[in-house]
Amino acid sequence: MDKSIDEINRRIREGSARVVTADEMPAIVSELGEEGALKEVDVVTTGTFGAMCSSGAFLNFGHAEPPIKMERIWLNDVDAYGGIAAVDTYIGATNKSVTRAETYGGAHVIEDFIAGKAIELRAQSSGSDCYPRRNITTEIRLEDLNQAIMVNPRNAYQRYDGATNTSDDTLYTYMGTLLPHSGNVTYSGAGTLNPLCNDPALRLIGSGVPILLGGAPGMVVGEGTQHSSAGNFGTLMTTADMNDMSTDFLRAAYMYRYGPTLYMGVGVPLPVLDIEVVRRTAIRDEDIPVSIKDYGVPSRSRPVITQVSYADLKTGRIELNGEEVRTSSLSSYRNALKVARTLKQWIEDGQMTLCLPTRRLDPSKQVKPMRETRKVVLVQEIMQRKVVTVKEDEEIPEAARKLLKGETNHLPVLNEQGRLVGVVTTFDVAKAVAHPERRVRVRDVMTRNVITTRSDEPIDIAAQKLDHHRISALPVVDAQNQCIAILHASDLGKLFKPGGQGV
Amino acid sequence: MKLLVKLSHKSRPIIAEVVKDTGVLINVDRARSDAHEGEEALVDVPDESCKLISEKMRSLGAEVSILEEGIRHDRDECVDCGSCISVCPKEVFSFNSEWELQVETKRCILCGRCVIACPHQALSNNDI
Repeated sequence: MDKSIDEINRRIREGSARVVTADEMPAIVSELGEEGALKEVDVVTTGTFGAMCSSGAFLNFGHAEPPIKMERIWLNDVDAYGGIAAVDTYIGATNKSVTRAETYGGAHVIEDFIAGKAIELRAQSSGSDCYPRRNITTEIRLEDLNQAIMVNPRNAYQRYDGATNTSDDTLYTYMGTLLPHSGNVTYSGAGTLNPLCNDPALRLIGSGVPILLGGAPGMVVGEGTQHSSAGNFGTLMTTADMNDMSTDFLRAAYMYRYGPTLYMGVGVPLPVLDIEVVRRTAIRDEDIPVSIKDYGVPSRSRPVITQVSYADLKTGRIELNGEEVRTSSLSSYRNALKVARTLKQWIEDGQMTLCLPTRRLDPSKQVKPMRETRKVVLVQEIMQRKVVTVKEDEEIPEAARKLLKGETNHLPVLNEQGRLVGVVTTFDVAKAVAHPERRVRVRDVMTRNVITTRSDEPIDIAAQKLDHHRISALPVVDAQNQCIAILHASDLGKLFKPGGQGV
Repeated sequence: MKLLVKLSHKSRPIIAEVVKDTGVLINVDRARSDAHEGEEALVDVPDESCKLISEKMRSLGAEVSILEEGIRHDRDECVDCGSCISVCPKEVFSFNSEWELQVETKRCILCGRCVIACPHQALSNNDI
């Protein structure tokens, strides 16, 4: 006994439609059976609330007098796109303010607009006969704009890999704080409530379908960027009017040492047309697999440490290599429920009717990596092969002589077997000279926990190590931990010299 | 009860002395030694011995203050994501059955990890 979309909309208009949230569906199906659930339920509402970096809004400011074609635009000192004429712009969520702390970005501009705050608009132009004005500075509020249309290129990921970190250092990522030695696991996603998880074949979710976006009634534009539904990593491009949004369903955020991002609430109502919809919407947290990846490996293809489900993650603890590790969600399940329940309310009140996609999304699409035509610069191309080293049992004055002779501030320290065991700097040697009591040999003053690089490591990763640890040199070691060269922070300058390598 | 103890550079092993003299077992939650600001320890003592321990420490030259409040949680900024839960060494944070974040500030040792981990700047520690 299939139902038509018209039949469901008729019930919504009459106020007799039975609407449930996606988390309630598994229990309903196990109680009434699939046929019973199809008869009973007309609409299943979904919801998710989490960091959706690829979000932003088109704004139109209206014309100034005399008029300007804005070419460079800042909103509260956050760069906005100036490539569309003349008083249009696109403000992206992740751009950082050029003057304020990096904790303020495009996402905060969007949230401030929605909260009704005044935003400073600054713009520059090179001027033309039709648009003579070259500069403008003004304060505007959301109500002053002609249009403020949120268009988010990539929202509502179907699921997302979890993260852990096997390295020795705490990492600060878009997946949050990752403690060393797999000290915790972080994940994102609403599991059973997630829109695309409840329609993986993309029969119901597609272009033109009504949604809740940031608290506003909006719609699906089409497939989102990086849409990869063949691997169950589908995404949606979404839109809605910012004037109808509320900060209850949209929040700016700042991920430490990553940057600003926007937490979006997104929900899609699904019409229960047939048994297939009933089966798909009965999906449970247990049924959705999540790979836990190692962010300690700074590569696109991070190794998978283990495979769990949203049900496992939501218990707050999972087992990793025989040890119990605590889990943190980055997205908010409480707010995802709020999205699904609000949508349910809208439909029960007859405020939103449903439609089928005017154009369907491709369920077989697979994301591709970037085509790179220039090779990545490796450490071996700029490292210094002539490296002055010192033995751990040598005395301090010998280390001082070597520092002077080598015109360097860093000496890799080797043991009897020639393996790297530490580093001494001019600072360590100076300290030893100032307090000579028990500091006689290199091993008494050296740093033992040495951060190293390898000759085949991309230069950007070595640069990140220098930056992260606030150090100025990295010994380059081979597989046997023999020190074969050294990379100084100053060597990075070679990349920018005319005729230099790389770039 | 949590006590914040500031020790001067050349002080004696005050905590050890206090434990020895009073027989009260003190748990050191956190300790820091800084070239400019000196040494500081956050210690946990049984409520009934708080006065005795504070007086004894002061008599030995330490500055002692009671730590009334742990981490500050701004309900308005919090979105109940739970990013703080797994980074906290003392399990201060948890969810209730409605997925609302619960904060047991009594257990907090003000290590500051959650302050950095919170994407919404809803957690702050002003004291240390």
